[in-house]
Amino acid sequence: MIKAVMVMNTQGKPRLTKFYEFLPVEKQQGIIRTVFGVLCSRAENVSNFMEADSIFGPDSRLVYKHYATLYFVFVFDSSENELAMLDLIQVFVETLDKCFRNVCELDIVFNYSKLHTILDEIIFGGQVLETSSAEVMKVVEEISRQESASNSIGLVTKTVSGWRNR
Amino acid sequence: MNPFSSGTRLRDMIRAIRACKTAAEERAVVRKECAAIRAAINENDQDYRHRNLAKLMFIHMLGYPTHFGQMECLKLIASPGFPEKRIGYLGLMLLLDERQEVLMLVTNSVKQDLNHTNQYIVGLALCALGNICSAEMARDLAPEVERLLQFRDPNIRKKAALCSIRIIKKVPDLAENFINPVAALLKEKHHGVLITGIQLCTDLCKVSSEALEYFRKKCTDGLVRTLRDLVNSPYAPEYDIAGITDPFLHIRLLKLLRVLGQGDADASDAMNDILAQVATKTESNKNAGNAILYECVETIMSIEDNGGLRVLAINILGRFLSNRDNNIRYVALNMLMRAITVDAQAVQRHRATILECVKDSDASIRKRALELVYLLVNESNVKPLTKELVDYLEVSDQDFKGDLTAKICSIIEKFSPEKIWYIDQMLKVLTEAGNFVKDEVWHALVVVISNASDLHGYTVRALFRALQTTAEQESLVRVAVWCIGEYGDLLVNNAGMLNVEDPITVTESDAVDVVESAIKRHTSDLTTKSMALIALLKLSSRFPSCSGRIKDIVVQHKGSLVLELQQRSLEFNSIIEKHQNIRSALVERMPVLDEASFGGRRASSLPNTVSTSNGTAVKLPNGVAKPSAAPLVDLLDLSDDVPAPSSSGGDFLQDLLGVDLAPATQSGTSQAPKAGTDVLLDLLSIGSNPAQDNSVSTPDILSSAQDHKPAIASLDVLAAPSLTQASSSTASNMMDLLDGFAPAPPKPANNGTAYPSIVAFESSSLRLTFNFSKQPGNPQTTMISGTFTNLSSNVFTDFVFQAAVPKFLQLHLDPASGNSLPASGNGTITQSLKVTNSQHGKKPLVMRLRIAYKVDGKDVLEEGQINNFPRDL
Repeated sequence: MIKAVMVMNTQGKPRLTKFYEFLPVEKQQGIIRTVFGVLCSRAENVSNFMEADSIFGPDSRLVYKHYATLYFVFVFDSSENELAMLDLIQVFVETLDKCFRNVCELDIVFNYSKLHTILDEIIFGGQVLETSSAEVMKVVEEISRQESASNSIGLVTKTVSGWRNR
Repeated sequence: MNPFSSGTRLRDMIRAIRACKTAAEERAVVRKECAAIRAAINENDQDYRHRNLAKLMFIHMLGYPTHFGQMECLKLIASPGFPEKRIGYLGLMLLLDERQEVLMLVTNSVKQDLNHTNQYIVGLALCALGNICSAEMARDLAPEVERLLQFRDPNIRKKAALCSIRIIKKVPDLAENFINPVAALLKEKHHGVLITGIQLCTDLCKVSSEALEYFRKKCTDGLVRTLRDLVNSPYAPEYDIAGITDPFLHIRLLKLLRVLGQGDADASDAMNDILAQVATKTESNKNAGNAILYECVETIMSIEDNGGLRVLAINILGRFLSNRDNNIRYVALNMLMRAITVDAQAVQRHRATILECVKDSDASIRKRALELVYLLVNESNVKPLTKELVDYLEVSDQDFKGDLTAKICSIIEKFSPEKIWYIDQMLKVLTEAGNFVKDEVWHALVVVISNASDLHGYTVRALFRALQTTAEQESLVRVAVWCIGEYGDLLVNNAGMLNVEDPITVTESDAVDVVESAIKRHTSDLTTKSMALIALLKLSSRFPSCSGRIKDIVVQHKGSLVLELQQRSLEFNSIIEKHQNIRSALVERMPVLDEASFGGRRASSLPNTVSTSNGTAVKLPNGVAKPSAAPLVDLLDLSDDVPAPSSSGGDFLQDLLGVDLAPATQSGTSQAPKAGTDVLLDLLSIGSNPAQDNSVSTPDILSSAQDHKPAIASLDVLAAPSLTQASSSTASNMMDLLDGFAPAPPKPANNGTAYPSIVAFESSSLRLTFNFSKQPGNPQTTMISGTFTNLSSNVFTDFVFQAAVPKFLQLHLDPASGNSLPASGNGTITQSLKVTNSQHGKKPLVMRLRIAYKVDGKDVLEEGQINNFPRDL
């Protein structure tokens, strides 16, 4: 099971965090800080895996990937395949890339809720839901369409009602 | 329009937060936003609820409290629009914890949404449920989820499958409801649904043995077929990762097969072929392929035994080890660590590759490889493996040397085939990384050297040579100084030359040079300097020609600011100057140090107390000086009836003295002030309680300067001359005593006057008889041979005898002949004692004794006083 997904920038600012096991906010922040502390002190040419038992309790592993200004971190237990998790990070990033056309940190900052939607289509309650970024894209696009469809309706009614109230 | 509602959009808020230069600024912005959102919540603002919650989620991510927004999530979920619901559910997953009361409120909305006509809304509800569902919700909503497993759209089916995992984890009783739907899911053609179905099946098998049995019987063949089709399937662009069709599905299938095959020979048999096929056919030049291979290996190692497959699997791992990708090497080492318990032989074959990984540039790989190598060492390969590791020690990173040294030392100690090899390897390690060697390790080395009497010459010459090349390694210097002090004569006259050695010419003054440089080095610490000082004293006797020079060096430390050095230097100077006649006896070679007791000491970090110590030290060879320990102080005082438990000070003293003092074997030495020899001897006992200190339990200066490390302190005793004894005399008259008193140390004599034997002690279960003898010409000293006989019908174990005498007597106990006493007089323990009566002719002998032993695991303690000694002893 995947325990947490974290995206943070190279300054240690969290950009997306999702914990699949309940943790109080302070604990989450502490973990993010610790993980960042470990990541930024790692050399370039080392493996992408880390023992995370000290951070997340027993039976925890951590895999991370470093893209431009962002760290993508997955934390999971021994029931997941480390190498597959590495590929899953790749799938996630590829999907983001397709969604935002050359994703950069700013896209992630400002499209915070969309990022969650995408993540929810890939990892569901700590389990891998979908591994084909094309499939994910289809669903995400459909959700955006639904959103804007009802939004435009909502917008019209709001303006109209606002106009009437005036 | 709400006048309090901040008009900022989400985008603007994020921008404002990003623009903050300091944490304080950020807090201010967030506080302002939160205040506005709270106001909006109080106003029950409809229009911006959705936007406010989106802001709150961002604020939450930054680590600020957002609990006040929880009810807003519920309101949004209850609203009809898709965007509101979406944000509502997102908020539900992020902001809410599993606190039941709030969650209960949402159950109904979720239930409605699970039955919604819009499948995306169904998807949102499933997603939230899969993330935060509690046990109650699981019970309430399980039927809906179960129904959705047959939904027409695959997206909903796969979400429902994963949601079911959460449900059965929360309520394992519900597992049986899912068995049939899952069996159907396993026949799916849609990859996404199949992955989630397999995942659900795996988790079902984990929570329910019934489900495991069912799937094992009904589905193993089907799953094997699915995997075969997948392996042989043509290129499918959709699920292609790096040229391999859906590695995730491969992995999930292999994982499920592992669960099914574990502990079941038939199921394991059914999957052997396909596993072999995956293991051989999968391409290993990409991460995805390696991920499959890795999973396959794990499955092969877990299912029931098939030797051929296992060798194949371990060979795959061996291949991984030479992969250029750090990640692959890392997982391979992890897996080999587990595989070693399954098939050590197969892992051994990859020893060379693993050894290469010890030299990896990646620290975490090095560490793992080193651990693995450590597990691989056995008697047959210890020599080449150690050689490799020691060679690598030369070039390894500084920060890795500590780990590496510790492991090498541990390997050498554990598997050393012969002493010369042990000494050779340890010398190499000391030369390369002596500063990383822990104290216990070089202590152990000294013990081994001391025990290898035929290698003394060889060792001291090798150390001398090593010291010529490098003098930077503290522990090398210490060992060398100790050996030169002890065996300096062998160094000079090339005694005990081995065939493998090159002869070297060392003059006496060369040897002194080495020790002198050790004591003068700035980097030498107190321990090294003290050891060097003692070595010098010893050399002054071994090399009479250098005596004058040594005296000069010793004298230089008369002004040392360190009290210990200053004091020793004064004492040693006095010995060299005024006591030539006893010097050689004083600085005799250390008796052989007992390996067993030293090992015992290391094993039990807790100091033995008098009452709990057993006979581990029984093997202590005679002649090792065993000074009195503090716990005996109370025994020594015959007017004191209550035997006090050993104080921590006493334990400390025992530690200081460096031997595992079991009472049965220690000598209680109580000395009269005029026993000048002992006072003298005592001077030499650096590290033991100083003679001039009347309180026996006070730690000595040297050790207190070193944080009371028993290990170090004990070595000070190793470094001290052989005749080490503590005494209770005072220092005030010490110098006087030194002057004008120089007898040779008492020597035991075999013949003596006969005295009638007495029954010293008799209880219902035990009898102790004493036989006496005297040395001719030494009427003060009485040799007593005690014989213990067991009168009961039970065997006594852990038998310990202790004796104490008043201050005018001096008592020395030799080790007992054993520590278990057979029943009904079928055997005896004998122990000899030596009593010196300083008031000979005036006062008779008197002795108090305490005997502790175990009967049927129960401790028994007997005590008594012996007053019936023959009058003229």
